[in-house]
Amino acid sequence: MTMPLDLHVIWFGLIGILLTGYAVLDGFDLGVGTLHLLTGKDEHRRLMINSIGPVWDGNEVWLVTGGGALFAAFPEVYATVFSGFYPAFMLLLCMLIFRAVAIEFRSKHPGRRWRQVWDVSFSVASIGCSLLLGVAFGNVIWGVPLNAEREFVGSFLGLLNPYALLVGVTTAALFMMHGAIYVVLKTEGELHDIARGWITNTIIFFVICYGLTTMATLLYIPHMSRHMREHPVLFVLPVLTMLAVANIPREIHHGRDFLAFLSSGATMAGLMALVGIGIFPNLVLSRPNPEWSLTIYNAASSPRTLTIMLIIAAIGVPLVLAYTGSIYYIFRGKVKLDAMSY
Amino acid sequence: MDPVLLSRLQFGLTAAFHYLYPPLSIGLGVVLVLMEALSLRRRNPLYQQMTRFWVRIFGLTFALGVASGVVLEFEFGTNWASYSRFVGDVFGSALAAEGIFAFFLESGFLAILLFGWDRVSPRVHMLSTVMVALGAHFSAIWIIVADSWMQTPAGFHVVRSALRSRAEIVDFWAVVFNPSAMVRLAHTVLGAWQAAAFLVLSVSAFYLLKRRHVEFARASMKIGLILAVGASLGSLVTGDLSGRVVARYQPAKLAAMEGHFPASAPAGMYLLGWVNEAEQRVTGIGIPGMLSYLVHGDTTAPVTGLTAFSPQDRPPVQPVFQAFHAMVGIGVVLIGLSLLGAFLWWRGTLFETRWLLRIYVVAVLGPQAANQLGWFTAEVGRQPWIVYGLMRTAEGVSPAVTAGQVVASLLLFTLIYLALFVLFIYLLDQKIRHGPLADDLAVAYHRK
Repeated sequence: MTMPLDLHVIWFGLIGILLTGYAVLDGFDLGVGTLHLLTGKDEHRRLMINSIGPVWDGNEVWLVTGGGALFAAFPEVYATVFSGFYPAFMLLLCMLIFRAVAIEFRSKHPGRRWRQVWDVSFSVASIGCSLLLGVAFGNVIWGVPLNAEREFVGSFLGLLNPYALLVGVTTAALFMMHGAIYVVLKTEGELHDIARGWITNTIIFFVICYGLTTMATLLYIPHMSRHMREHPVLFVLPVLTMLAVANIPREIHHGRDFLAFLSSGATMAGLMALVGIGIFPNLVLSRPNPEWSLTIYNAASSPRTLTIMLIIAAIGVPLVLAYTGSIYYIFRGKVKLDAMSY
Repeated sequence: MDPVLLSRLQFGLTAAFHYLYPPLSIGLGVVLVLMEALSLRRRNPLYQQMTRFWVRIFGLTFALGVASGVVLEFEFGTNWASYSRFVGDVFGSALAAEGIFAFFLESGFLAILLFGWDRVSPRVHMLSTVMVALGAHFSAIWIIVADSWMQTPAGFHVVRSALRSRAEIVDFWAVVFNPSAMVRLAHTVLGAWQAAAFLVLSVSAFYLLKRRHVEFARASMKIGLILAVGASLGSLVTGDLSGRVVARYQPAKLAAMEGHFPASAPAGMYLLGWVNEAEQRVTGIGIPGMLSYLVHGDTTAPVTGLTAFSPQDRPPVQPVFQAFHAMVGIGVVLIGLSLLGAFLWWRGTLFETRWLLRIYVVAVLGPQAANQLGWFTAEVGRQPWIVYGLMRTAEGVSPAVTAGQVVASLLLFTLIYLALFVLFIYLLDQKIRHGPLADDLAVAYHRK
C-alpha cells in the first residue's frame, strides 16, 4: 500500500474523523433513546431525556456537517450513495425528524397518552436511526452494485443483505452500550442503579455482535483485511480496539464510569479506523465490478476546492472543539430537573 | 408521473415547510439579544421575564427548524444527484461551511441559552444569546450564498472529463460574493426580522386586548415595533436593489415577475393584474414606465421581455407574477402597519388603539406569507434552470431514483409535516395563552 499524504488522503481522514465524532457523540444519545422505554417511570424518562437535553442537537450537527463535507470533498459519493439508498435515507430523515420533535414535544404536556406517544416515537426513531446508519455502513463495506457512470443500480431490498443487517445490529448494540454508560455517568439514585444493569447486558450484547461481525468480515470480505496482510504493523489497531472493548467492563467494575465512557468512545474510533483502512482507497466499493468503484481520487472535488475546504476546516474545527468542550464542561455533573428542563 | 416534477414538489414542500421556522429563529435571535441587553443594563426584572418567555418560544421554533432542516442538507444528494455531481465542487463548500461555522455555534450556545440560566453568569448567558443569534445569521449567509450561486453563478469554470462535465471553483470569494448574494442576503434577513417582529407584535397585542400581562406586553411591543419599522423599510430598499440585480443577471425572471412580453420596450409596474399568456398581455392596474424607471432611472428605457427568450427558456409567468405582486403588496401593508404603530406610539395612544391591536394579532401571518412568496418568486422565476443558464432543472435529478420512490417519500413528508404543523401551532398557542411566568419576575441570576 502506498500512502502519499495528498489532499485526497487528508480528506478521507477528515471525513472519517467527522463520522467518528458523530458516532462518539450522537452515539450516546441514540443509545439513550434506544434504552428509553426500558424504564416505565416518568421521572426516569425525564432524567434520561434531560441528560442529553443540552447536547443532542449539537451532536447531530456532526452528521449534518459530515454530510456537507462529503458533498464538498467527494460529491460523487454524496450523490451516488444518497440517491442510491433513497428509501433508506428518507426513512432515516423521518426518524431524525421524529426524534427531534419527540424530545421537544414530550414535556409540553403532562398527559399520560401524550407522553407515551412521544416516548415511543423517541425510542423507535433512535433505534431506527442506529440501525439504518449501521446498515448503510455495512453496505459501504460489503460493496454495492454500481454501473460505469457510477450510478447505483441495485434495489432497496438488496441493501438489506445479511452482512449489512449484522453491521446495523452491531451499531445499535454499540450505541446502546455507549448510551447506558452515559446514563450511569449522568444520573444518580434509582435510575443510576438500573442503568448499571443495562451496562452489563449491553456489553454482552455488543461483544457477541462484534465477534460475529469480525468473523463475517474476515470470512466473506477478504479485501477488508488486505492492507493488514500487507502491512502487519496495522494489526496493532484491532488489538487496541479489542483492548478498548475489554477495558470497558474493567473500568465499570472499578466504578470509574468516565473512563469506561472514554473506552467505549475509543472502541468506536478503533472500529472506524479499521473500516477506513479496510476500504481505502475506495469510498464506495462497486460489486461485482470493482473497477467502477468510487475512490478518493475519482470521486473527489478539485484540488483547489479540497484546499479551500482544508482552510475552512483549519479555522472551524478548533472553534468547534473549543465550544463543544465548553458546553460539556458547563453541563458537567449529574443531571437535575428544574423549571426549564424538558 | 414525472420524476422531475415530483422531486421539485418535494424539494419545494420541504424547503417551504422548513422556512416557516428559520426566519423566526433569526429574528427572535435579534429580539432576545435586545431584551437580554436591556435586562442586564436596566436591572429591571420585567426584561428578564420577557427574555425568558421569548426564549421558550424561540426554543420551540428552533426545534422545528432543526428537525425540518436536516432533510434539506441531504436532499440535494437524494433527489438531485446529477445536480450534486455537477456543482459539488462549488456548492458543497458553502453547505459544509454552514455546518462548521453556523450550526455548531448555534446548537452549542443554544444549550446555554435554554438550560444554562443557573449554570453560567448573566454575562456569559448574554454572550451565548449573542452567539446563537450570530449562528442563525451565519447560517443565513452560507445558505443564501449557495442559493444565489444557483441564480447568478460566478467564480467557476466548467471542466469536461471523460465521464461528465462539472463546475469547478476558480475563485472562492467570487463564489461567495456572486452578483446577487449580498443583496439577497440583506433582503432575506430583513424578511426574517419582520417575521419575528410581527410575532412579538401579535402576541403583545393579544395580551393588551385581553388586558393580561399589560406591562410585559407594552415593553415587548415597543421592541417588536422598533424592529418592524426598521426591517420593513429596509425590505423596501433591499427589494428594489434586488430587482435591479435580477434585471441585470436574470432578465427572463424579471420579465415574468411583471408579465412583460415585448422583447424590448418600456415596461410598467402593476399593482394588481392577471397574465394572459396566450395573448401575451396583462390585464390590470399599474403605473406605466415604472419598471423602466426602477431599473434604468428612465420611464422610457426599454426592458428585456419574455419574447426575447425562446419558449423553452422562459419561466412560468402567471405563478411568478402573482407571487411577486402578493409579496410586494403584503410588504407595503406591513410598512404601513409598522409606521402607523410607531406614529401612535409617539402620540401615546398605541396601546389603546384596539382596532390596530386586532390587526396586529393577525398581521403575524403577513411576513410569513411574504417570505414564502418571495422564495417562490425567486426559485420558480429561476426555472427552467437549476443553475441559471448552465444546467436545466430536468438535468439535475437523480437517475437512480424512481418516480414511485419519490411519490412515497412525498406522501410521507406531507403527512409528517401536516402533523408537525398542527402540533407546532397548538404548542405555540399553549405557550402564548400560558403567558409569561410570574416566577420569572422573581428570579435573579445566580452564579455557580
